[in-house]
Amino acid sequence: MQFYSRRKKLIGNSQTEQLYGHCLQFYGQPPIENISLSEFETFAVDRLKLLKTVENLGVSYVKTSELYTKKLDAEEFLPGLNVRNCETDEYEKRRKDHISHFILRLAYCQTEDLRRWFIQQEIDLFRYRFNDLPSKNIGQFLQYNNLHYHTISIDEKKKLMDKLVTSSFAVSGSTVDGKDFYKVPFQDALDLVRTRKVYLNGGYVYIPHQDIVTIVLNDFRTRLSKALALTARSLPAVQSDERLQPLLNHLSHAYVGQDYSIQKSIGKISLEQIDPLSAKSYPLCMRQLHRGLRDSHHLRHGGRMQYGLFLKGIGLTLDQALQFWRSEFVKGKVDADKFDKAYAYSIRHMFGKEGKRTDYTPYSCMKVILSNPPSQGDQHGCPFRHSDPELLKQKLQSYKVSPSGISQVGKDSGFSLNHPNQYFMESQKLLGGPGAGVKVEVKREDNPATKPPNPSPHQTPGPGNLPQEVAAEITEDLDSFFQDA
Amino acid sequence: MTTADYDQASLPDLLPLYYRRLFPFSQYHRWLNYGGVTKNYFQNREFSFTLKDDIYVRYQSFSTQNELEKEMQKMNPYKIDIGAVYSHRPNQHNTVKSGSFQALEKELVFDIDMTDYDDVRSCCSGADICPKCWTLMTIAIRILDRALRDDFGFRHCLWVYSGRRGVHCWVCDEAARKLSVAARSAVAEYLSLVKGGDETVRKVVLSDPIHPFITESLTVVENYFSQYALLGQDILGSKEAVDKVLALLPEDILFLCATFHMIFGVHSVASLLAKHALMKTAFFNQMTAKKGHYFEMEIMLQYCYPRLDVNVSKGVNHLLKSPFSVHPKTGRISVPIDLRELDRFDPFEVPTISLICEELDQPKTEEEQDDNMENENKKEAGERRKMRDYKRTSLAKYVKLFDNFLEEMAHSRKGEVLKNSGECNLNP
Repeated sequence: MQFYSRRKKLIGNSQTEQLYGHCLQFYGQPPIENISLSEFETFAVDRLKLLKTVENLGVSYVKTSELYTKKLDAEEFLPGLNVRNCETDEYEKRRKDHISHFILRLAYCQTEDLRRWFIQQEIDLFRYRFNDLPSKNIGQFLQYNNLHYHTISIDEKKKLMDKLVTSSFAVSGSTVDGKDFYKVPFQDALDLVRTRKVYLNGGYVYIPHQDIVTIVLNDFRTRLSKALALTARSLPAVQSDERLQPLLNHLSHAYVGQDYSIQKSIGKISLEQIDPLSAKSYPLCMRQLHRGLRDSHHLRHGGRMQYGLFLKGIGLTLDQALQFWRSEFVKGKVDADKFDKAYAYSIRHMFGKEGKRTDYTPYSCMKVILSNPPSQGDQHGCPFRHSDPELLKQKLQSYKVSPSGISQVGKDSGFSLNHPNQYFMESQKLLGGPGAGVKVEVKREDNPATKPPNPSPHQTPGPGNLPQEVAAEITEDLDSFFQDA
Repeated sequence: MTTADYDQASLPDLLPLYYRRLFPFSQYHRWLNYGGVTKNYFQNREFSFTLKDDIYVRYQSFSTQNELEKEMQKMNPYKIDIGAVYSHRPNQHNTVKSGSFQALEKELVFDIDMTDYDDVRSCCSGADICPKCWTLMTIAIRILDRALRDDFGFRHCLWVYSGRRGVHCWVCDEAARKLSVAARSAVAEYLSLVKGGDETVRKVVLSDPIHPFITESLTVVENYFSQYALLGQDILGSKEAVDKVLALLPEDILFLCATFHMIFGVHSVASLLAKHALMKTAFFNQMTAKKGHYFEMEIMLQYCYPRLDVNVSKGVNHLLKSPFSVHPKTGRISVPIDLRELDRFDPFEVPTISLICEELDQPKTEEEQDDNMENENKKEAGERRKMRDYKRTSLAKYVKLFDNFLEEMAHSRKGEVLKNSGECNLNP
């Protein structure tokens, strides 16, 4: 079925106004027109490229920072479906925005991971666009989408003045006087609650007008989440269409990349090799975990998951894994019996032999950094994100990384996200045969909330934030270390 | 003497007695039934049991209180955990189409475990506790309970002693039970101030503005700090301990301390710090007038602020040890804690299963015989006997606490119903 876009324009503005009453939308209604296959594909691919950029920028920069906004402004695939400041009424762009979103829903609704990724990027994109809206358009948007959040009276504002001012960095006495404050149930403002950026009392948060974006985002997230679940159910009908199936598969795999669940090297690693391998080819986080395990003959749940799945990814079989963990735990406080009862189950679970039998994939760097931060007694996480700068520096020194490599910090360098198992494979490739140097991608710690706020007299080395030349330097040092080891 | 000697080996003999004559089944069912407002709420609740020899069974569910009683008396579980209310009966989950069996609701829960404070307590470590470090639990309960009530508006929080080294909180409000995973995680994050694992030295970082929640929490900590940290934990009592505190200070303050040390010597610095005098001297204040220096607060918080495991609170399907369950290692019953008497709560006074079983054998007092006569006509024999039984033991006051808690919830439910039906009579 082919239907050319030229014909669409003839249908007229009244219908389009109804359909696209606002430049920004919640994507509540699916498109009902027909489009050509090539447009289908172009729209989808363009939006996907945009979302991938959103993803990369989101890890390199704080999402509301000026730098982030500037970079996204410059994104090449954005103007195709977005108008800055909602200035003009461009129907074609709104249409592309609408249709491309729905196509990607088809590709990204199938698994929990895909859904989570898609929702995250769409939200970040939405946040960027919403923040771009002039204030009168915000009011319009709220009205258009039936979001009724009530404002509090002047008396109440006076009573709460102190609390409102101390709850939020952006709120001063004059803000309280001059602006409207909305009383919103805390369940609708989770991001603000989570980060304690708002005054919370009796289950309600008090939000200045300009912070309504977070509320709106939550609403968007909920709607999108529900919608994706519904889409997944109607997917079989779509997938049976031979024209669409290959395209949709291609779209979803473009994101996932290799997930290291299919181990080509399965069974090729022996348990005796693990110690030397940990020194040569493990990324820092896994090395830390391995060390922690050898030292205390125990790892907590978070550490067992992160390390256990990594081991699976490098090729350990289930039997080897059981042997490995048991022999270590038995040296500690756990006797063989207790191990079999309490811990063996969870290892088998990791390999997909228990419970709902999911063959879990090893964690990517993104997952390690962003989910489940370590707390007291934990060894997991990403050392470049979760460790004290001083301790990290010491650790890198003890692993013979050159001092100049460590002290470079604060530079705005791009990098690409990685996977601990990819590090391992690249490193093994290097050691196994001749070839280009191992790419040492180092994660950047840039979240201001975790940095100590007080400046020191000298530049404190921070977790790796290394420009290209330094990365190469570290590579060289690590190379020589590998050769010496 | 409030604790008979407890021996884990005697559990197989004690448990049947406990479940037959002491476990408060009627109150337990009343709790989990929540007034019968939602259909099948009790029937779709997951329980898990740990039996003898560490056999663990999940997805247990029961149709009635009677069925629950019979099963527990048959299995005599060593441990009981409570899970979520699911979309279907958990014991039939295998018959449900894959994907349809979902955890729908559960109380919002918190688990505070003393081992998470090992880096800041000097008296004990690991599974051990003592009266000195128990203050940490007191502080935790005060801070969290206030926040759950005042900030979040929750009214029905049941605090329970875990039986060994910590406390649990069950938030039973309807709104709490309906919270999503994201919401639970947000609540837990809001309540978290101490962040970082072994690798992090400075675990509390404050910056402007100081949120009212932090101010409120600090007020509680300050009440206890001198007694608990300076005296009890003696955090400035040895060079090693002082070094740990100093490690949390920003560099320019350290420089200051070093200067004072040179002038006044080690002991003076420690005692000055101990009296907070150093921090209050005009000189010091001048130096720290710079914005952003909250190290004094950060130190107090790092040593005292509650450390909760976000993962326990996040999951709707997370299983948590049940109130009135026995702790196999200590024999202690997981009893509710009376917040009105919080400062007097002593975990070492909590009754053990051996104690209460022993108390069962003691002859009836005259008082009890009179009570029995009164109740003779009201209830059937079995229930009568059960009511008499736990009342004779140290468990009685804890069941009463639980009763009060349930009464309050019932009262709230009635209030809601009246409100919703518009029948509220304000001016008779």
